[in-house]
Amino acid sequence: MTSAALPRPYDIAHLTHVRRRHYGRWLAAALILVAFGFLAKAFAEGQIAWTVVGQFFTAPAILQGLWGAVWMTFCAMALGIALGVLFAVMAMSPNPVLKAVATFYIWFFRGTPLLLQLLIWFNLALVFPRLGIPGLFEARTVDVMTPFMAALLGLGVGQGAYTAEVVRSGILSVDLGQTEAAKAIGMTRLTTLRRIVLPQAMRVIIPPVGNEVISMVKLTSVASVIGYAEILRNAQTIYYANARVIELLIVAAIWYLIVVTVLQIGQYFLERHFSKGRGERRAKTVVALEPQGA
Amino acid sequence: MDAMVTAVDVHKYFGALHALAGVSLEVPRGDVSCIIGPSGSGKSTFLRCINQLERPDKGAIFVDGALIGYRRVGDALHELSDRELARQRLASGMVFQRFNLFQHLTALQNVTEGPITVQKRQRREATDEALALLARVGLADKRDAYPIELSGGQQQRVAIARALAMRPKLMLFDEPTSALDPELVGEVLEVMRDLARSGMTMIVVTHELGFAREVASRVVFMDRGAIVEEGPPQEILARPHHPRTREFIAAVLP
Repeated sequence: MTSAALPRPYDIAHLTHVRRRHYGRWLAAALILVAFGFLAKAFAEGQIAWTVVGQFFTAPAILQGLWGAVWMTFCAMALGIALGVLFAVMAMSPNPVLKAVATFYIWFFRGTPLLLQLLIWFNLALVFPRLGIPGLFEARTVDVMTPFMAALLGLGVGQGAYTAEVVRSGILSVDLGQTEAAKAIGMTRLTTLRRIVLPQAMRVIIPPVGNEVISMVKLTSVASVIGYAEILRNAQTIYYANARVIELLIVAAIWYLIVVTVLQIGQYFLERHFSKGRGERRAKTVVALEPQGA
Repeated sequence: MDAMVTAVDVHKYFGALHALAGVSLEVPRGDVSCIIGPSGSGKSTFLRCINQLERPDKGAIFVDGALIGYRRVGDALHELSDRELARQRLASGMVFQRFNLFQHLTALQNVTEGPITVQKRQRREATDEALALLARVGLADKRDAYPIELSGGQQQRVAIARALAMRPKLMLFDEPTSALDPELVGEVLEVMRDLARSGMTMIVVTHELGFAREVASRVVFMDRGAIVEEGPPQEILARPHHPRTREFIAAVLP
């Protein structure tokens, strides 16, 4: 049946559909671009010696600080994730003592500022002048508690408290039927956790932990207060000498952005890996098959 | 004694609910027993007690002559450790109402996971056997599919292969077709029929009275946490003695 054969007003099926023009969107985009142009112009003409930025961008002290930040991020996150898994499992344990210890840990380290924790670790020698296990080894606390150790403990132990909550929610997201099926084929509780529950919990755990890794990159700058040599600390050391404050801060900012960008790309691939068997890839194909445009 | 499963006066409480009120049952080797009954009658709970997914509060269950879940010390039964329980569960394979396939593993990996991780068998040998099992349930071509890519009936058939891969002495089925679309029920029942013909001892909690009539050597009717009556299918399904059995069968059969 052709539409022309139909009586009015139903005889219009052959007419062309015309999309809305969205003039408002064009106007908003134009305004924002103009504002950005002014901003770029201001920075280009401002009191910034861009040649100094370029000159110090790959200075040995800056690169050494970059390594310090990346290495600290890695170590502190490794410690944080290990503690996070441990305390998440403890928090879900039927043993009331383990549960209470985990609850206390999460409460204490989430409840105090990171800067304060760093200062406590660094000044631990004031409380315990000597550390060690009697008969095995012993050392002066000031020798053990280097800026690296204090920063690692401050950042890593504090991170563990947050990661514990993330891991716990990940484990809770896995259907109880998975645990029962694992039991039914003779798995012990530990094997079930390692082979069945955690791999599936990863899908829920990775995005927030990725977020925390990115936070950690920037939190390492807090360790500059206890003298740990990372990007910001080393940039400051340089500008105390040459007074190029903004230039060196820009160098540090660019490096942070580069590291974070690389990590974001890594997170994308990690998420894709752990979404195996969840149909994400299939969902993408379906989207691609939908007709494009009008 | 040639019983594969012997349950003696099994009791189970969920809070105030007396879910199992003294269940005693003997399942001979090679027998296919279908447990039927209204929902909440305790049939699934009883099945789950047999492989200790639920722990009975009183009574004892023996599988192949071995006491399940406890060790007898004098006049007391002591709970077994997590590791000992895990080893005992190897005697029975379990098939769940909601399949419970491992979502992050392919069909083949679901079947090989137990043999490789738990039984420490060689990967190659476990894979060959798993492929043979997938072929037996008619899913050789789905070896690399993830559970989400399979229909309910296909998932349940992989779940049966997964349980069989552990070489159990006994198979437990907990309403294996209740979560399936009607047109997928047949393919799962066909696999179970084939398994029954091979001489496997099976305990099947089911609403499929047709399957019970055709395959079961015995039908057990449970209600309110107790066995009301049991006997050969032609007797229980066609000429039930107890009024509650009669009522249930009249309500279920079209």
